[in-house]
Amino acid sequence: MLNRFSGIFKVQQPTQRTFGWADAVVIALVVVVIYAGVRLAIDTPAEIEGPSISLAPEVLPYYALRSVGRMAAAYTLSLVFALVYGRAAAYHRRAEQVLMPLLDVLQSVPILSFLPVVLLSLSAILPQAIAAELASIVLIFTSQAWNLGFGWYQSLTTIPNELNEAAITFRFNTWMRFRTLELPFAAIGLLWNSMMSWAGGWFFLMAAEIFTVGDKDFRLLGLGAYLQEAANQEDYRAIGLGIATLVLVIVLLDQLVWRPLLAWADRFKLEMTESDNPPTSWFYDLLRTAHITNWLDRRMRQPVIQGLDALFARSPLTIAPRNGTNNHRRRPWFTILVVIALGVGLVYGLTQAGQMLVEVPAAQWTDVGLGVAATLLRVMIALVIALAWTIPVGVLIGTNPRIATVLQPVVQVTASIPATALFPVLLLVMLQLPAGLNIAAVLLMLMGTQWYLLFNIIAGAAAIPQDLKFTSTLLRLDRRARWRTLILPALFPYIITGAITASGGAWNASIVAEYFQLGGKTHQVTGVGALIADATAAGDFHLLLAATLSMILTVVLINRLFWRRLYRRAEEQYRME
Amino acid sequence: MTGHLLELKNITQKYGRGERRITAVENVNLAIDEGEFVALLGPSGCGKSTLLRIITGLNQPVEGQVLYRGVPLDGVNPHATIVFQTFALFPWLTVQQNVEVALKARGVSPSLRTVRAIDLLDMVGLDGFETAFPRELSGGMRQKVGFARAMAVEPELLCLDEAFSALDVLSAESLRGELLELWTSGSIPTKAILMVTHNIEEAVLMADRVVVMDKQPGRVITDQKITLPHPRQRKSPQFLELLDRVYATLAGQTQPEHIELGSAPGEAGRTRAVPDVSVGELAGLLEFLDEMPNDRMDVYRLEQELNLGTSAVLQLTEAAELLGFATIAKGDITLTPLGETFAEARILARKEIFATRIRRLPMFKWLFAMLDAADKGQLDRDVIRLALELEFSPEDAARQVELAIQWGRYAEVLAYDDHTEAIFRETAEVAAG
Repeated sequence: MLNRFSGIFKVQQPTQRTFGWADAVVIALVVVVIYAGVRLAIDTPAEIEGPSISLAPEVLPYYALRSVGRMAAAYTLSLVFALVYGRAAAYHRRAEQVLMPLLDVLQSVPILSFLPVVLLSLSAILPQAIAAELASIVLIFTSQAWNLGFGWYQSLTTIPNELNEAAITFRFNTWMRFRTLELPFAAIGLLWNSMMSWAGGWFFLMAAEIFTVGDKDFRLLGLGAYLQEAANQEDYRAIGLGIATLVLVIVLLDQLVWRPLLAWADRFKLEMTESDNPPTSWFYDLLRTAHITNWLDRRMRQPVIQGLDALFARSPLTIAPRNGTNNHRRRPWFTILVVIALGVGLVYGLTQAGQMLVEVPAAQWTDVGLGVAATLLRVMIALVIALAWTIPVGVLIGTNPRIATVLQPVVQVTASIPATALFPVLLLVMLQLPAGLNIAAVLLMLMGTQWYLLFNIIAGAAAIPQDLKFTSTLLRLDRRARWRTLILPALFPYIITGAITASGGAWNASIVAEYFQLGGKTHQVTGVGALIADATAAGDFHLLLAATLSMILTVVLINRLFWRRLYRRAEEQYRME
Repeated sequence: MTGHLLELKNITQKYGRGERRITAVENVNLAIDEGEFVALLGPSGCGKSTLLRIITGLNQPVEGQVLYRGVPLDGVNPHATIVFQTFALFPWLTVQQNVEVALKARGVSPSLRTVRAIDLLDMVGLDGFETAFPRELSGGMRQKVGFARAMAVEPELLCLDEAFSALDVLSAESLRGELLELWTSGSIPTKAILMVTHNIEEAVLMADRVVVMDKQPGRVITDQKITLPHPRQRKSPQFLELLDRVYATLAGQTQPEHIELGSAPGEAGRTRAVPDVSVGELAGLLEFLDEMPNDRMDVYRLEQELNLGTSAVLQLTEAAELLGFATIAKGDITLTPLGETFAEARILARKEIFATRIRRLPMFKWLFAMLDAADKGQLDRDVIRLALELEFSPEDAARQVELAIQWGRYAEVLAYDDHTEAIFRETAEVAAG
């Protein structure tokens, strides 16, 4: 169980090494897409009022259902996207060169600053209610899709060679290959990534259900909106009820969906040995023994699968493995046309976006620079605090099975409560303190990201070989020597992996952490996140574009120049293999 | 003669690009007829697995032609199938589903596939295990599933890619017997079997023809018919003589020194690779030979005596030969006086002998010259690896660097800093005591 985390969290690192031409193309693409959204956004109606949010307890089940529905829709979208995107990247070398860096940049894009752009561009072409619903789904999608895509790509490229060759010699067609080889091989990874995606989704759902852009007020019925409204009215009973409902929904999903799926997916592991303690689920056991599910399986699932098999029986034969020596190089006119069209579009979009950026006054650029520096400082503080408590606690849980059995479930439930849901409550308390806003901002970043670190460190501590632990005991190493020679070096790769994800998350969270409206009043601190949120609220799209791009660039640069190097070093020097 | 089942014409396979192009297989001609059981034998790196992948159409050669029943092969050969060394079973499918999946890919109807799969599982003796998952089976039983799956598509050409080498001794033996039984009794529709192996005894035990390949570049050196009737007796004099003869071709004959040593990297001629053995293993071999009467032994018997695989034995004898510790002639290995001295010496004396010997190897001479010419007398290991990639495949080049470091460290002539990845000459004299 513990060891699983390491496998899952490790997949996040693409092997791309340096800043190449592909990155340049990718960043240009992102700039153009954002610019296009902003253009559309300028044309929306001036004033919009959303539906009113009720705080009566009896609306909670309905609101919860709406929120879960939104999440499910976004997740379905993410899954489809990931399957198509990952497969394209894994099987077409040329596509891979653009698609993988693109995914990497998309991962570091501040998702929340997309919302106004998405929302406004959608409401320019669709009725407002549908636009708001779609925009929130798209926003949640952007918090769920990337890691799924990475995980699936990673799985496809690590399919063992002999299984690949078996699939080819036995002449599997594309459909059979997908359902007999690719999907089962990737199942466990996809499942863990899905769970992570849902956790990330909840975080942003809370922020995506109420949104104000200038005079346009978008609201969606849902748990996130309920909590925000409750905090606005300082209705502590409603806040308590809302959070309780949220926790209940998350626990129910865990027990009724994720645990059973994990127990079921255990059959897809590649190891040729029985696992010591396979994941179990009471609900799965119940389903398996029930007659109705067996009947459904026989009458519904199997005929459907057979139907699909028959339907796709004529799909093309499976492709030869990529490491084959002879790649027939063809470059049909179609590809050339697409490339040219893309190039022209890029250049046009870039000049337009450039023009918009030029119009941003110098004073605002100074603000952006200051903001980036302030946010960077906050991210670093949050990271240091997170490290300070997660390392000792993680080691305690990871090396101590008895403590793990008690604490692990507690930690998992706590970690799954989205920090954004608790934030309004936190604020109500913090606003009483001096410098409370700054503390609150750091706290929210911390709450959103410390779990990545904790889970990685637990996994790392659990992976320290027993022999080495015995040896350090036999050598009578004192506590300090033990930490310096064994524990910290062993944890190093895991800490880095966790810190990369955590710092990315912290940058993202800055948009909700540095700027908030409570009870009709606006509170903000200096920071690029606050600038983005402020620009959104004021409808200043020039500033929005400038601040968002600055943040993307900073995050990508920090990743490439700092984290990536540390990660490589960790991989090379401190791996326990 | 017309009507070969399979014919390879001037097959050459290369990897890499430009200057770094490595020849894996060069100019191979081979024909397999119906009714033949051919074993393809050779040390690791001789390209026998590459050849198998070319024959089945998994890879295309850069030069040459594969003819199947006289027709050039295009894509994967639909009449051939492979039994894999690592079984290549789908862990998430049951035994029966693993067999059925091969039939399904050919569009056989569900009811028919079930019948066929159960029949085949019966034939290999796996009835009762239809609903088991591969992980519940032993290695031998897994490979039986592999065979059943291969038989399911009724291949004309059955290819075995080291199919027995991942099994324990007893399972491998019984599975070999069962395959031979099926093959000689004609109860399977297979027209020919091609077995890739590095195990000489296995080849002589099973095949009608043993094709021996050598490496650098991979090429066919002999093609030997085996006419002993089945079942063959391992202890019979004829069998042992054949074994000795095949071993003699593989282990070769100790050549005059300038040929034996080969040329340095970058020079004309064949670069002699550092054999893939550790100094400890080599010392073990020499000590073992030292205890034999006349310091001499049949090479083929080393396999059993030292409990090693064929390729390990060949690498070891090659190393002993290259360093002048032993000579090989007519399938016998004999310790030289130097080898005897080494075997009887203590650790420091051994290091000195080893150091003087490896200084003579062109690979090390070349390495020392490079280091002496380099700034501060040290070089990044990647620099040496890249230089070696002109003559070796990337994996082999990396392995050569590793071996050179290992050997050089033992002899205390080379030092290596793992942190900076720098290689330099050990300047300190061998410390006393």
